[in-house]
Amino acid sequence: MNRTLYGNLIFELSKKGRRGYSLPQDYDRTHTTAELPEALRRKEAARLPECDELTVVRHYTNLSHNNFGVNDGFYPLGSCTMKYNPVINEEIAAMKAFAGLHPLQPAETCQGALEVYFNLQQSLAELAGLSEFTLNPCAGAHGELTGLMVIRAYHESQGATSRTKVLIPDSAHGTNPASAAVCGLEVVEVKSLPDGTVDVDHLRELLAEMGDQVAAMMMTNPNTLGIFEPRVLEITEMVHKAGGLMYYDGANLNALLGECRPGDMGFDVMHINLHKTFSTPHGGGGPGSGPVGVRKGLEQFLPYPRVKMREAAPLSSPEGDTTPVFSIDWGNEAPSGAVGGASTPSTISVGSFFGNFGVMLKAYAYILSLGHENVKMVGPLATLNANYIKERLRDDYLLPISGLCKHEVVFDGLVDKNTGVTTMDVAKRLLDYGYHAPTIYFPLLFHESLMIEPTENESKETIDSFIDVMHKIAAEAKSDPELVKTAPHNTPIGRVDDVLAAKQPVTTYWKTLP
Amino acid sequence: MANFLEGLYYSESHEYVRVEGEFGYIGISDYAQHALGNVVYVDMPEVDDEVTAGEEFGAVESVKAASDLIAPVSGTVVEINEALEDEPELLNKDAFANWIIKVQLSDPSELDALMDVEAYKAHCEA
Repeated sequence: MNRTLYGNLIFELSKKGRRGYSLPQDYDRTHTTAELPEALRRKEAARLPECDELTVVRHYTNLSHNNFGVNDGFYPLGSCTMKYNPVINEEIAAMKAFAGLHPLQPAETCQGALEVYFNLQQSLAELAGLSEFTLNPCAGAHGELTGLMVIRAYHESQGATSRTKVLIPDSAHGTNPASAAVCGLEVVEVKSLPDGTVDVDHLRELLAEMGDQVAAMMMTNPNTLGIFEPRVLEITEMVHKAGGLMYYDGANLNALLGECRPGDMGFDVMHINLHKTFSTPHGGGGPGSGPVGVRKGLEQFLPYPRVKMREAAPLSSPEGDTTPVFSIDWGNEAPSGAVGGASTPSTISVGSFFGNFGVMLKAYAYILSLGHENVKMVGPLATLNANYIKERLRDDYLLPISGLCKHEVVFDGLVDKNTGVTTMDVAKRLLDYGYHAPTIYFPLLFHESLMIEPTENESKETIDSFIDVMHKIAAEAKSDPELVKTAPHNTPIGRVDDVLAAKQPVTTYWKTLP
Repeated sequence: MANFLEGLYYSESHEYVRVEGEFGYIGISDYAQHALGNVVYVDMPEVDDEVTAGEEFGAVESVKAASDLIAPVSGTVVEINEALEDEPELLNKDAFANWIIKVQLSDPSELDALMDVEAYKAHCEA
């Protein structure tokens, strides 16, 4: 394919008057824009590109070839859990009976969909060791915000309105402090020890100082370094004793899946990223989903709408056999036209309807295809893969924290710091070899963080070939550092100017128009 | 390698204060700009704002990360380095010459809690 030509913007390929199809002069103009109110009509024509169909097809085919997804190759983006999205998930979600549903149709006409929603939240509750989930939040950070709103509502119900501080370890994902701030809460940083785990002594000091103002502590476990927090039970107990709740950021849940449960560690509220742990796509193939779960006693603070189940005896079963009947509880926020069950007082609504239902179908399909036994293998296999990479790369890449990691491993750049080759350079060079780069410069605890998360999906052959390439790049850094520092060389676009992109981003295409 | 300048007061979060009479010039250390990489944006307070020791007064954004600026001392902002609005990369060129804010110190005794260059150097190497 001629990438130079078809890699141009569609607007650059535009030629005035060029069309894919010509409509007959006398075609039926039953509906015209003249029917719209004046205020809604365009003042000038939309500046749309004008191309023939073949040019459009080549342009977008070229773009699709430039994309890189899990289906193209190894994608070890740390902290993101880039799992394979099984085809069966897509097939289930695309079924007409699901895809054709309307969110306002009567509950009795969509019992199957409501059953999926109900069963998925129950499955997540069992896997998390919590009582009940809402599936309504549309992404991980949306889940964090929802979870914090639940926590705030709980404290308000207790009359504890002065509890406005949220303790967050300095190693946390940036979304944690951001969500707390958006929720109107104040962020207090908890320091880490040199081994990356929470400094419990510092936490104790903070609790002594401001314990009665603490709404919650947010934790990721394993933490962003891929290290399991060995004192988690002590931490949750300390925070509970001070009257705060424990929030579990489910970003790294994959490491624990089937092995241990946040609820058993003392967490009260958590979110799960279905697009990480439960194999649904990260964008592109569908939006995210961030279900929020709570321990027993906090269910009443979850948002509406909710799906309720009751046992009822159908007319066809006069002997008294019961079958589950599902209904929708809209709370007091029922949208106009909603046909649902009883209304009860609600405090929180986090979006329209039930969130991203298609994503839920995919996650539920994943859980059912693994089953009770196989789901227990997810965490251990993801952990095994990460530790295998860690042990085989530590000769060339600096391992700041030795010992067992969980589902991901963080290196601090190359061992040999004399070559001038940075983590950025290594990441760019990986693209030349057909791999997606790992996460770089996160977590912030190290200057040259290189964070690799292989997931449980990858075969030993794939992981071995990645390791070979990482060793090869380390050798290149010594023998030909310029080659690595100017990478990538085999991609359609070479090294981009990050500084210019950040300082003078060009985010419109208008200037390319004549 | 990072530069360490004598005669300044340093904080653990890598800000420095250069004291001139009742004023303090606050910026980030050369070690900090090295660690951050290319700086693309500096978020500064406004003149007359109060800053409090240990609390955030702005942020530095680089291609790698966004980092809060933590005030090493308390005081009132009397001047901001407006050149950084258009040329944040000045911090990479010379972090010590390009201070970020100038404050009127409200409690000079706070300087005692900060590090001298030797202690700061040891802190960075730890």
